[in-house]
Amino acid sequence: MSNLSCEYHTIVVRVENKAGVLARIAGLFSRRGFNIESLAVAPTDDDRFSRITIVVDVSSVSIDQVVKQLDKLINVLEIQELDPDTSVERELMMATLKAPDAESRREILDLVQIFDAQVLNVGFDQLMVSLSGSQRRLDDFEALVSRYGILEIQRTGKIALSELAKVESTN
Amino acid sequence: MQINGAQAVLKALEHEGVDTVFGMPGGAILPVYDPLIESSIRHVLVRHEQGAGHMASGYAHATGKPGVAIVTSGPAATNMVTPLLDAMMDSIPMVCITGQVALPAIGTDAFQEADTTGITMSATKHNYLVTKVEDIPQVIHDAFHLATTGRPGPVLVDIPKDLVLPDSVFEWYEPTGHDLPGYNPKIKGDATAIADAAKMIVAAERPVIYSGGGILRSRAAAELLALAEMTQIPVVTTLMNRGGFPDEHDLNLGMPGMHGNYTAVMAMQQADLLITLGARFDDRVTGARDQFAPDAKVIHVDIDPAELGKVRFAHVPISGDAKSVISDMLGELEKLGGAKAQPNRDAWRQTLSGWQEKYPLVYGDHEPGKLLKPQFVIEKLAEASPADTILCSGVGQHQMWASQYWTFNHPYTWINSGGLGTMGYSIPAAVGAKAGMPDRMVWAVDGDGCFQMTSQELITAAVEKIPVKVAILNNSWLGMVRQWQELFYDERFSETSFGNEIPNYKMWSEAMGCVAFRVDSPEEVEPTIQKANEINDRPVVIDFRTQASENVYPMVPAGASNSDVLVDPSQRDDEGDSA
Repeated sequence: MSNLSCEYHTIVVRVENKAGVLARIAGLFSRRGFNIESLAVAPTDDDRFSRITIVVDVSSVSIDQVVKQLDKLINVLEIQELDPDTSVERELMMATLKAPDAESRREILDLVQIFDAQVLNVGFDQLMVSLSGSQRRLDDFEALVSRYGILEIQRTGKIALSELAKVESTN
Repeated sequence: MQINGAQAVLKALEHEGVDTVFGMPGGAILPVYDPLIESSIRHVLVRHEQGAGHMASGYAHATGKPGVAIVTSGPAATNMVTPLLDAMMDSIPMVCITGQVALPAIGTDAFQEADTTGITMSATKHNYLVTKVEDIPQVIHDAFHLATTGRPGPVLVDIPKDLVLPDSVFEWYEPTGHDLPGYNPKIKGDATAIADAAKMIVAAERPVIYSGGGILRSRAAAELLALAEMTQIPVVTTLMNRGGFPDEHDLNLGMPGMHGNYTAVMAMQQADLLITLGARFDDRVTGARDQFAPDAKVIHVDIDPAELGKVRFAHVPISGDAKSVISDMLGELEKLGGAKAQPNRDAWRQTLSGWQEKYPLVYGDHEPGKLLKPQFVIEKLAEASPADTILCSGVGQHQMWASQYWTFNHPYTWINSGGLGTMGYSIPAAVGAKAGMPDRMVWAVDGDGCFQMTSQELITAAVEKIPVKVAILNNSWLGMVRQWQELFYDERFSETSFGNEIPNYKMWSEAMGCVAFRVDSPEEVEPTIQKANEINDRPVVIDFRTQASENVYPMVPAGASNSDVLVDPSQRDDEGDSA
């Protein structure tokens, strides 16, 4: 997933929850040559609006242009660029792994425990697991379980929120 | 008051002050055409939907009001894509209403169904698919607001047929506001940035005002004139801003760019400050971007914040409306001492006038036995026509010559397709301009290639009594492509010759209801233009037979630095091709 020539920024876009808005954003990215690394979208607590988290590859385009072009879309209300140092990021992964014998199953379960992942479904020779966490953590888990054989995998793309302000002393 | 959706469409247009629409009926939009019979709005029936779009654009250019086109679904909507994108690229306020198949039929590949909002998403500033009849008044109100405010552009409203059928009745209301929470165009520029810009201006030794189409869109020609006169800084007027600053003004250096005046090109190239007003560093202006104006600092004023820094870094970026920002800039300059605060720029002025003297626009004398010089035709046309004549053009060599050799002294007198470069733009645009400004003379300068794309709209002009005039600079070639093949493809003329026998433009034009002339010799040019200018009840077409070997100069070859501009061969010294 990671590529050294790429540089990723996370932007959070608040949009009107209207038909075609996602197509407008996807169309804008494709016609301006901006690359989407991942994208997650869902309505907010106010169902008039949706919140979209986009991880964008800015190695060949300025993030400033991406933000300004997005802002021109009539249905876009607000764009926030999240600094990885001051934001909390999560991604969800589900994977079906090969577990043909007791040994591989035990090793996988060890990893599940270490990573605080979950077993969702158990078959005779397969395990379905899920893990949420930072992109890095999911990458690590994926690399470690890949030796047993990944039959199917789906990751959601990143979602993120700004870190909360720290409570300051009042005296 | 209970009305149906079709009546609501027309009532909403009337409510927006629309007096003229350009369009053609068809299945899905048919119900809207029924109440049109009773409406106060004039409908101009076009021969091809593309014509309706360019007419709306020409109307908007000339009048400053949004142009409106109405067409049906499917192929009519796809025929509208070119004019929409054309208007998008040139920031022309336009509203286009398209019919759509009935809501239950959407997505079934119904007859004449097209995903119009999907197809036009990147060709419009915004578009709507109306899904409830009671939304019609509000959506049309919003569409006009979006088209005309901020950076203007085309907005499309797609209306399914079931929403405009006679039984689609609802209670009419007059929309008052807009629910567009994501749309807040910024008009006023940042005061600190404007003050910084003023300081930069009074410190500049070799400044140039780089004025673009934003001057015309924001109706800021008077402010631009005031700025130039106060500071005595020379002005270049891009292809989109011809007429936005008088050509006869001493400070006007002319058009910059690929076929710009030598002085305009080199002034930008050697400037230490570019005061960029409503222009966007288009590749046809900058030439090789990394070698463009290497010593210049940049003040960039644009209503669209995304233009600031998109192509060229701006030392002082100012997002705001040109008219408002220039007014505020004048105030800041006044505070610094106005005209008196300007440094001595005699050396710069002398450099510029030296270039102007050495490299004026030139073309050769008529060669006996040869066809006409196209530049001569444009000059005679300008001389014989009223000063406020509106000139439209298509795209190609004739467009460049029209921009170079016509003298523009009034804003909104030059209408062309700059960004998209749409061949065939001029005739429908001229019809739209004349429909909007019936008391003005409107000439379309066209190439023979362009004419063959959209000339059917002369039938519209004849039938609708919109007496435009067309000058075909007919060299029987796709001239600009021919020029590139001559210069860059070793004279291998691949598929650019049209032949000079077919069609017979005079007969063709007469068949379309126009008065038509053919001119082969220079003596006939002026008298024929005079005759054309006296006709005001029908469209006129003059087929000027021009010399195919004539090239547009100066020229910056594509991808070359502006410093390597090629001047006319007669102006080149022995050292090489470039000046």
